[in-house]
Amino acid sequence: MSELDTKHPLDFDAPRFSIKQPAVRSDEQGHLSDTERVERAMKAFARDMNSTVAAYLESCVHCGQCAQACHFYVTSQDPRHTPIWKIEPFKQAWKREAGPFAWLTRTFNLKPAVTADQLREWQELLYDSCTMCGRCSMVCPMGIDIAALVGLARHAMFEAGLIPHELWAVAERAEREGSPLGATPAVLKERVEWLEDEHEVEIPLDKPTAEVMVTLSSIEIMKYPVSIVALARVMKHAGYDWTLRSDGYEATNFGLLSGNLEWQKDLSLRLIRAAVACQAKLLVLPECGHAYGALRWQGANMYGQPLPFEVLHITEFLARAMREGKLQTQGMKGSVTYHDPCQVSRRGGATQAAREVLAGLRADLREMPQAGDANWCCGGGGGVVTLHRADEHRRRAFSIKVKQVEQTGADQLVTSCSNCRLSFDDGQAHYHWDRKMGSLLETVAEHLQDASAARG
Amino acid sequence: MSLLEFARGPALTVSLLVFFIGTAWRLWAVLRRPRKTDHSAPRRSDTVTGGLRAIWQRMLPRSAYERIGMTGTINAYAYHIGIAVIVFAFAPHIGFIERLTGLSWAALPDGVTYVATAFAIVGLVFALATRLTDDVQRLLSNFDDYFTWLVTMLPIVTGMALIEQSYVPATPMVAPATPNPTLLAVHLLSLELMLIWFPFGKLAHAALVFVSRYRTGVEFTRKGAAL
Repeated sequence: MSELDTKHPLDFDAPRFSIKQPAVRSDEQGHLSDTERVERAMKAFARDMNSTVAAYLESCVHCGQCAQACHFYVTSQDPRHTPIWKIEPFKQAWKREAGPFAWLTRTFNLKPAVTADQLREWQELLYDSCTMCGRCSMVCPMGIDIAALVGLARHAMFEAGLIPHELWAVAERAEREGSPLGATPAVLKERVEWLEDEHEVEIPLDKPTAEVMVTLSSIEIMKYPVSIVALARVMKHAGYDWTLRSDGYEATNFGLLSGNLEWQKDLSLRLIRAAVACQAKLLVLPECGHAYGALRWQGANMYGQPLPFEVLHITEFLARAMREGKLQTQGMKGSVTYHDPCQVSRRGGATQAAREVLAGLRADLREMPQAGDANWCCGGGGGVVTLHRADEHRRRAFSIKVKQVEQTGADQLVTSCSNCRLSFDDGQAHYHWDRKMGSLLETVAEHLQDASAARG
Repeated sequence: MSLLEFARGPALTVSLLVFFIGTAWRLWAVLRRPRKTDHSAPRRSDTVTGGLRAIWQRMLPRSAYERIGMTGTINAYAYHIGIAVIVFAFAPHIGFIERLTGLSWAALPDGVTYVATAFAIVGLVFALATRLTDDVQRLLSNFDDYFTWLVTMLPIVTGMALIEQSYVPATPMVAPATPNPTLLAVHLLSLELMLIWFPFGKLAHAALVFVSRYRTGVEFTRKGAAL
C-alpha cells in the first residue's frame, strides 16, 4: 500500500543519534484522493462508534485539565498537545455526521466537514505526541478515556493512509515477517541456539506440548537477549514445563500501535493459535507494555471468544511464582526505583505485581513521585520511539523521567518493558545521563539462590 | 397576550418540552448505540460498584496527580453550588417549581441566596476569564462554550435586576412581593432560553457526566486498574 517518500526517506539505517532536526512532515500511504482518504477515515471511525465512545465524544466540557497530565504538553507548552485536542477532528465528525443533532449541525454548517489536510495536520498529534499512556484519562473530570479515543482515531488514520512512515514500515514488516525488527523464526532459532551455548541454559523451542508458553518482544531478541537467558533461568528454577514457539513468539503488536485492526488481529492470532497448538494453560507475556494490552485485554476480542488459556504479564507471573514459593531469591542490595510501564500498570491493572516481586527480593524500593498508576510515561510508548521525527518531543518528555528518577536517589532503576528500556537508553545517551535502566526479570534471575551456580 | 403571559404560558411550555425531549433524545442517541462485547477474562467482577465509584471519585482532583485543575475545580464548585442554591433554595424559585410540579420545600434565607449568587457570578466571570486567557482552554473553546456561558449568566443577571432594593448594611435584602412584570418576563425568558439550549450544548454534561464516568469506571474496574 505504501510507497516510500523519496523527499523524506526513511532513516532506519542512519545512526540513531545523528538526527538533529526532525523533519516536520506528514506521511502518506497509497495513491488516494483526499476525498477517499477522508471517507475511509470516517468509515473506520464510524465502525468503532459504540455507546461508550459516543458518551465520551458528547461529554467533553473543554476544561483542558488533561493538558497538565500529558508529558508532551507539560514539556512543550504547546496547546495543540492537549490530549482531547488530539481527537478534535473526530469529535467534529461525530457532531456533524452521527451525533444526536447531526442533521442540525449539517443543515446550519455548525461544524465544518473534516478535510484530508486536517487529518494530515493531526498525524503529528495522534502519533508523534501521544503514547496512549492514559494519564489524561485519569484526570478528566468527565471520566473520558482519552487514550482509548486516540487508539480509535489511529484506526481511522491508518485506513486513510495517513500514518508516519516509520510506524507503517515496522508494522508492515511485523505482519509480513512476524517481527517488526527482523526477528524472524529463523533468527529466533539462531538466537536461542547461541544463547544456550553462550550461557549454558536450556531454552526449549517448539515443544509439541507445554503447560506454559512464553512469548518475547523482538526488542529483547535483538537488543536485550540476556533477558531470554534470565527467563530460562527463572523457568528452570521454578520447575515449569514451558516452551517458546516459533509459530507464535512475537508479543509486540504494531498492528495495534499503527491502528491497523487486521494486522493487530493477525499478530494476536499467531500467539493464540500457537498456545492452543501446544495446549498451554498459561501464556506469559514478556517485559513489554503494549503487548500486555494487546493480548491480555484485547486478545480475546480479536479471537472472538474467551481465550482457552490464562494470560499473564511476566511481572504477574514472577509475583505468582514467588507467592507459590517456587522462586527462592537472595536479598537485593542497594536501593532501587521502579518505572511503571503505562500499559501494564495504569492501563493494565497489574500495578502491584512488580512491587510484589521487589518485595520478594527484599528490595529497598524508592518510589518516584507520582509512581504506580500516576506514573509519568517514558515518552517512547505507543510507537513513538520508532518515529525519528518525534525524537525532539520524546526526549523533551523524557526529561520529566530524569527528574523523577533523580528525586528518588535510588542506586538502581528497573522496569518491566523493553520498549521503556529502549527509551531510557536513548534518553540516557541524549542527556549524557549517568543512569542505566535495568530489567526486573533479569534482576530476579540474578538473585535466584542458585543463580551463581547456574551462571557457572 | 402580555409579554409576561407569553413567558409564563407558551414560552415556558415550549422550553420545558425542548428541555425534556431534547435531553432524553441526546441521552438516547448515546445509549442506543451498540455496546461492545468484551471477551477478555475480567480481573474483577464488581464493575457496577466500580462504575458508581468512578462517578464519585472524579468529583475531586487527586493528590497522586498533583491535584491537577484544582483552581478550576474549586471555581466550578463555587458556581455550580451557587447556581444550585439560587434555583432550589430561593423562596420565589421554590414557589415557581411548586406551581409547575406541586412539589415544595423550605427555602434558605434570602441572604444566603444572595451570597450564593455572588459566588455564582464571580465564579462564572472567573471561568470566562480563564477561557479567554488560558492558551489551552482558548484553543478548545467554540461557540458552544461562550453561548452556554451567556445563557447561564443571563437568568442570574435578569434575576438580580428583579431585586429592587439596594443593599443597606444590617438590612436584609428581600425580593419584592410584586415584581416588575416586564423584568419578570425577561427573567423568565432568559431561563427558558437556557432550558432550550440545554440539550444542544455543553450544559447537557449535567446528565452525560454520569454516563461517561460510569462507563470508564466499569471498564477500568474490569481490568483491575485504578479509577
